[in-house]
Amino acid sequence: MFFSDKHAGMGELADTLAEDAYTEGRSLWRDARRRFMGHRAAVASLVVLVLLLLFSAFGQFLSPLDNESIDWASLPNLDEDGVPSLASQHYFGLDPIGRDLYQRTVQGSRISLMVGVLGALTAVVIGTLYGAISGYVGGRTDAIMMRTLEVLSAFPFMFLVIVLMAVFGRNVLLIFVAIGAVSWLNMARIVRGQTLSLKRKEYIEAAMSVGVHPLLIVLRHIVPNVLGVVIVYATLLVPEMILFESFISFLGLGVSEPYTSWGALISEGADAMWTAPWTLIFPMLMLVLTLFCFNFLGDGLRDALDPKDR
Amino acid sequence: MFSFIIRRLAVAVPTILTLITVSFVLMHAAPGGPFTNERNVPEAVMENIEAKYNLDKPLWQQYLIYVGNVAQGDLGPSFRYKDFTVNELIESSFPRSAYIGAWSFLFVVVFGVGLGVVAALKQNRWPDYTVMTAAMIGVVFPNFVMAPLLVLLFAVTLRWLPAGGWEGGQVEYIVLPIIAMATSYIAQVARITRSSMIETLRSPFIRTARAKGIPRHKIVLRHALKPALIPVVSYLGPAFVGIITGSVIIDQVFSTGGIGQHFVNGAINRDYSLILGVTILVGVLTIVFNAAVDILYTWLDPRVRY
Repeated sequence: MFFSDKHAGMGELADTLAEDAYTEGRSLWRDARRRFMGHRAAVASLVVLVLLLLFSAFGQFLSPLDNESIDWASLPNLDEDGVPSLASQHYFGLDPIGRDLYQRTVQGSRISLMVGVLGALTAVVIGTLYGAISGYVGGRTDAIMMRTLEVLSAFPFMFLVIVLMAVFGRNVLLIFVAIGAVSWLNMARIVRGQTLSLKRKEYIEAAMSVGVHPLLIVLRHIVPNVLGVVIVYATLLVPEMILFESFISFLGLGVSEPYTSWGALISEGADAMWTAPWTLIFPMLMLVLTLFCFNFLGDGLRDALDPKDR
Repeated sequence: MFSFIIRRLAVAVPTILTLITVSFVLMHAAPGGPFTNERNVPEAVMENIEAKYNLDKPLWQQYLIYVGNVAQGDLGPSFRYKDFTVNELIESSFPRSAYIGAWSFLFVVVFGVGLGVVAALKQNRWPDYTVMTAAMIGVVFPNFVMAPLLVLLFAVTLRWLPAGGWEGGQVEYIVLPIIAMATSYIAQVARITRSSMIETLRSPFIRTARAKGIPRHKIVLRHALKPALIPVVSYLGPAFVGIITGSVIIDQVFSTGGIGQHFVNGAINRDYSLILGVTILVGVLTIVFNAAVDILYTWLDPRVRY
């Protein structure tokens, strides 16, 4: 208890009082956690997602093989020797050019999840700041910022990102930036809406009246209060980002060898599925499972954090 | 209403202009000109080529020429397919994509709304659970997963349907593309329709209608459906964009010879004029469709005034 630490000599009474106050007070976040825990599918999804994260981080140590070397002995007869089996230690079989698909999948998961999380994070940062500033400042600034948003959201971004890839070459970093930069539009709109309603609250007026700098009001008072909604939409953004990246990689325009992602693996599998269907199935299951979990997690978080749908 | 349509179009013009500008800037920011990969050609020939494509003029003149051409519907020559203009490539492939896309869109609206309404009317009973489970599964199967999976199932394993091709758009050639394209959007629309229908059915004016003794099917069709469709219509904009984008995948997997194949090949071959032409076309379509959705909105929801 930080309270009792500060006043170390105050005796037991203060201690118990502090503790009571702590257990009885039900903060917004505690409430939210309780509601979230009641949503069983969401909790299960969270567990699976943590496992997936661990898989992508440490999965490579579960198999003695690596993701680069080619199994020359099995290569000539891939559709029979390359099948998934525990005995050959190729848990997921071989990929179309004879590498261990399990290790490739681990590698692909790492990149896909990273793209998803970093992309969503970029979108959250840009979108939240843009929306909060636009909503808080209001007036002509707001009108211009929203008009810009309108123009931008009419863009066919998937096409533009592919054009970017073609023009500047394929590059994982560029994928991050491109995905993050184009996906903040909805986030900005949501945050702006929330900010407009927060702006008239008393504590914001209080901050204004004592002359807090507007930027500080946005960062210290507005942003923390829209965080609940932001978290919900960020959770739904992650699978969207993963899909976006997989889409581009599926077309052969995303990550390039030696890196890979779920989309790239699915694309390789789709080419090889006539003789080696497992090359399609395993990466596909990973992707579908992830999307499934993020969807449920998003639902659960929305129930817990978004006051609108309660 | 009329002034709203005018104003809506007034917003569309700068958007399209921005799109063309961005396209132009990208095309010229590209490392290496479109002809740097050619074998060593004599200086004079190079000059002629550049003159033919207006590359010898100052940049601002090139920009004005480009904007002028695009405004007249001329997207320029393809840099790779030397004998074709971008317009010709688009004319030969776009109808196929549009055909598949239009059918998919129809299926999305009909099945999505239909299933959503059924689920809402039978809330918390088995039809609801079946539809919602199917929708949940449908949502997580994006088109680039669905397409190879369908081929694996119906072409490789069962051998019921061809794995790809066009053949004049015969039914057996377009069934799988349409299913692959429409599944996840049907699922989304069903989910949206269900929740908005449930909300609408709880509202006071529906209670009034029931109190007056109007039969249930009439309440649903006459009173509840129209307001329940408002969130669906606002989703149709993104769904339309998704279907256009998805056609890139569909054309690629099923080799339908649609516009997506040209787009991806153009991106891989760095055929800038082709990919930018396609991007502009898609952009214009998106903007026009979004405007149409907004207009539909005012009809569905009389409270929306512009």
